[in-house]
Amino acid sequence: MQANADVSFAIAKGSIHGLVGENGAGKSTLMSILYGYYNANSGHILLDGQERQIRTSHDAIGLGIGMVHQHFMLVENFTVLDNVMLGTEGGFKLAAQRAATEAKLREICERYRLNVDPLATISELSVGAQQRVEILKQIYRSANILILDEPTAVLTAQETASLFAILRLFKEQGKTIVLITHKLQEIMDITDQVTVMRAGRVVGATGTASTSKEELANMMVGRPIQSELPRAPFKPGQAVLKVAGLQLEDKNKVRLLADIDFTLRAGEIVALAGVSGNGQSELLEILSGMRLPSAGKVEFLGRALPFGKRRDADGLPAAFRALGIAHVPEDRLRDGVIKDFSVMQNTVFGYQDRVTNRWGLFDFKAIAARCAHLLKAFDVRPSDPDIRLGLLSGGNQQKVVIAREVSSKPKLMLVGQPTRGVDIGTIESIHAQLLKLRDEGVAILLVSVELEEVRALADRIIVMSGGRVTGELNIDEFDTTRIGLMMGGMHKK
Amino acid sequence: MKTTELPRWASAFVLPVLNLLSALLVAALVIHLLGENPAESLSILINSAIINPEGLSYTLFYASTFIFTGLSVSVAMKAGLFNIGSEGQMYIGGLGLTLAMLSLDHALPAWALIPCAMIGSALFGAAWAWLPGYLQARRGSHIVVTTIMFNFIAASLMNFLIVKYLIPEGQQNPASRVFATAGEMPRLNEWFPVLGDTPLNVSFLLAIAALVVYGVMVWRSSWGYQLRATGLNPHAAHYAGISISRMIIVAMLISGALAGLASVNSIMGSTHYLSLNFPAGAGFVGIAIALMGRQHPVGIFLSSVLFGALIQGGFDLSLEKPNIPQETFIFIQGLIILFCGAMENFYAPAILKMLNLTGAPQQKG
Repeated sequence: MQANADVSFAIAKGSIHGLVGENGAGKSTLMSILYGYYNANSGHILLDGQERQIRTSHDAIGLGIGMVHQHFMLVENFTVLDNVMLGTEGGFKLAAQRAATEAKLREICERYRLNVDPLATISELSVGAQQRVEILKQIYRSANILILDEPTAVLTAQETASLFAILRLFKEQGKTIVLITHKLQEIMDITDQVTVMRAGRVVGATGTASTSKEELANMMVGRPIQSELPRAPFKPGQAVLKVAGLQLEDKNKVRLLADIDFTLRAGEIVALAGVSGNGQSELLEILSGMRLPSAGKVEFLGRALPFGKRRDADGLPAAFRALGIAHVPEDRLRDGVIKDFSVMQNTVFGYQDRVTNRWGLFDFKAIAARCAHLLKAFDVRPSDPDIRLGLLSGGNQQKVVIAREVSSKPKLMLVGQPTRGVDIGTIESIHAQLLKLRDEGVAILLVSVELEEVRALADRIIVMSGGRVTGELNIDEFDTTRIGLMMGGMHKK
Repeated sequence: MKTTELPRWASAFVLPVLNLLSALLVAALVIHLLGENPAESLSILINSAIINPEGLSYTLFYASTFIFTGLSVSVAMKAGLFNIGSEGQMYIGGLGLTLAMLSLDHALPAWALIPCAMIGSALFGAAWAWLPGYLQARRGSHIVVTTIMFNFIAASLMNFLIVKYLIPEGQQNPASRVFATAGEMPRLNEWFPVLGDTPLNVSFLLAIAALVVYGVMVWRSSWGYQLRATGLNPHAAHYAGISISRMIIVAMLISGALAGLASVNSIMGSTHYLSLNFPAGAGFVGIAIALMGRQHPVGIFLSSVLFGALIQGGFDLSLEKPNIPQETFIFIQGLIILFCGAMENFYAPAILKMLNLTGAPQQKG
C-alpha cells in the first residue's frame, strides 16, 4: 500500500512551515521518512541544495534534523539533564560531562526563554514543560530543522501560546520549523507557508497569508465542509434519564460528585461542559455502569438503575447495555476497543452475547455481514474487517466505536469526547451521526471539553465545576463568557 | 513503505523453526564438546523417538501429559494470568484421582470407574487453582506468587498424605496401593499392535479432543472472546460488561482442572498407583509448551510432541552413548525454552529486514 505518492515540497530556511492533513493522510509517514524511521522507495531529499541520504535517525540528527514526537520520549524519574545526556554521554565518567552539559542547557534555556530547570525531575514537570524538554533536547543536539508532530494536542491554551512564542524566537534565530497539525487556527496563527496533504499526496501548497481556514479545510477533506449541520427542530419527548442527588466519593473519602440533579429527555442532546477533570468523566462512568455511586438515585425510563446492593461494578455495564444504554467512552484505547483484536471483532465488543447461536458459539457469517455494513455506512477506512484495529488511525478507530454503539439501537447514548484526536472530516461525520440519532428520538448525554463541539451539538448545556453542577442553559443562550465563568465555578444558579 | 509487523506466516512458522534450530545448534556444539558426533546423535534421537513405532508411541505417551499441562498454562495465559502452579495442580489432581480409585475401584466396572477417577482429578486440580484465582480476583494477590507457593504446599501436603495415610501397611515405597485392573486406561496397542509394548493409551485421544475443544472455545465462542479480551485489556473488558473477577476465577478453575487431568495419563496410563513426585516437572514443561506453542492448539500439540521426543530419544541416546548423560536433555530442554520463550523475537528484526529488501507481499500497514 502506498502511504506517500509523488510528494514534493520545499521548506524555506528560517521559516515556520505547516503541514496539515486528515489522520492517515500521510503526514507522519512523510516526516518519518525525513527523520530516517522509514526509507522511501524512490525520490530525493535535498538539504541546503545538496542531495542527502537519510537511512536512520542517526543520519537525521547528524544533518541537524530534530523531531519532537506527540508522545514524549522521556525517562520519567530522570532529571532534565540526565534525559538530555541520555545517548550523548561521552565516556565512562559522567561528572565532568554533566557540569558542561548543564552549563550549555542553561545557556540554551536563557537564549530561547525555554524556562526549564535542568535539575528538575521529569515526573514533576507539567506536560507543557515536558514538551519544552523535548525541544531542549533537540536544540542541544544542534538541530536546525525542528519537526513538531501535533505539539498542541496535549497543551492548554496558555501553554500553546507560550510554545508559539518559543517557536517564533527560533525562527528569528534562523532555525527552520515544520509544524504538523490538524488545527487550522494554529496554522493561521503561526506558519509562513502551508502544505496540505490528502491520501498520501500533496494537494495544496501556499503562503499562509494568502489562504483561509475554510479553504484549507476544503483542501484537506477534498470537498466543502458544512459549518452548520442540519438538525430537526427541538422536540423533546419523555424523560429518559432522571438523576437525583447523585454523590460519589473515592476511597479516601474525597468528594468527586456532589448533588447532581438533572433530567434528560428523548430526542435531545445535553452537553456536560467543563474543564477536564471536574466530575464529568465520573458521571459518565456511573451512568454506563462502570462505577458505583456513593449515594443518589438514577431512573432510566421510569425504573431505578440496578446499582442495588452491589459491592462493585464488575459486570454491571452488561446489564446497562441490555437496558438500552450505549456508551462511547472518553478514552477509546483504554476502554472502548481491544487494539489487538481485528476490526470485525471490535464491532461486537460489548455485544458479544448478541451474535452467538444457542451453543454460545459465534455466528461468524452474521458478524461479517454486520461488520461489512457498518464499515460502509460509517465510512471506516481502510474497510478491511480483518486488520488489527490498532493499525487504523485514531479517527477511524473512533468511527468503529461510534458505529458499534449507534447500531445497538440504544435509547440512551452516553458520549465522552467523541472527537478527541480526530480530524475535521471525521468530526463532521461523527457529529452528523449523533444528530441523526437525536432526530430519531434517542436521548444523548455528551461530555466534551471543546466548547465548539458543545455549541455544534447540544440542545441544552449543563456546566460542571468541582464535581457540582454550576449552571444550566439552553443552546440559544450560548455565551462563551458566561459559560467560562460557570466552568470556573463562579456562577451558581 | 516498510512493514513494521511480521506477516502471520512468518511469526507463526518461520520464527519458531529458527528458534528451534538455534537451540539444536547449541545442543550440537555441546554434544561435540562431550566428544560425540552431533549428526550421529541426532539421527539416533530421531530414530528412537519418531521413526521407530514403539519409540514414537512412547513419545506420544509423554506428549499426552504435556498437552494437558500445556493447555492448563495456555488457558490461564489467555486471560492474562501466568499460572505457574500447574505442577501442584496436577499433583493434587492425582490425589483426587487416587481417592476416587481407592474408594471405588473394586465396586465399579471400568466404564464407570474411569470417568469417576477423571472427574476426581479435574475437581481436585480445579480446587487447588481456585484459591490463587480467588485471591487474585478479589484481593489482588499476584497469581505468580500464590501459585508458586501452592506448588510447595502441594508437594509437602502430598508427602504427608502419602507417607502418613496412603502407603499400604508394611510397605517401604512411598506410594499408594496398586489400583484394580478396572482402573487401567485402555492401551492403544490393543487396537494397533504395531505400536509394540507401549503405555500409550486413550489419554492421548482425550488430549487431542481437549485441544479441539480448547480451540473452539477460545476462538469461536463468546466466552473465549471475553477471556481473550480480559487478558489483552482488562479496562476495556470491564467496559464491555465482562466480570473480570469471575473471568479470572473461571479461567483458573479450568486451568486447574486441565492440570489435574494431566495426572490421568501418568497414573492410570502407566503406574496404576500414586507415587511421590509423580508429576516430575510436567507442569513446568507445560509453561514452556504454552510459550513455544503460542497458546495455539496446533502449536501446543507440536511442542508437546517435541518435548516428548526429547525425553524418549534422550533416554535411548544416553544408553547408546555413555558420554552423553541423561542430564544433557534437561539442558536441551532449557535451551529450547530459552530460545523459544525468552528470546522469542530474537530473529524478528532480521526477517523483517529481509522481507523489506525482497519486497515480498506485505500486509497492510
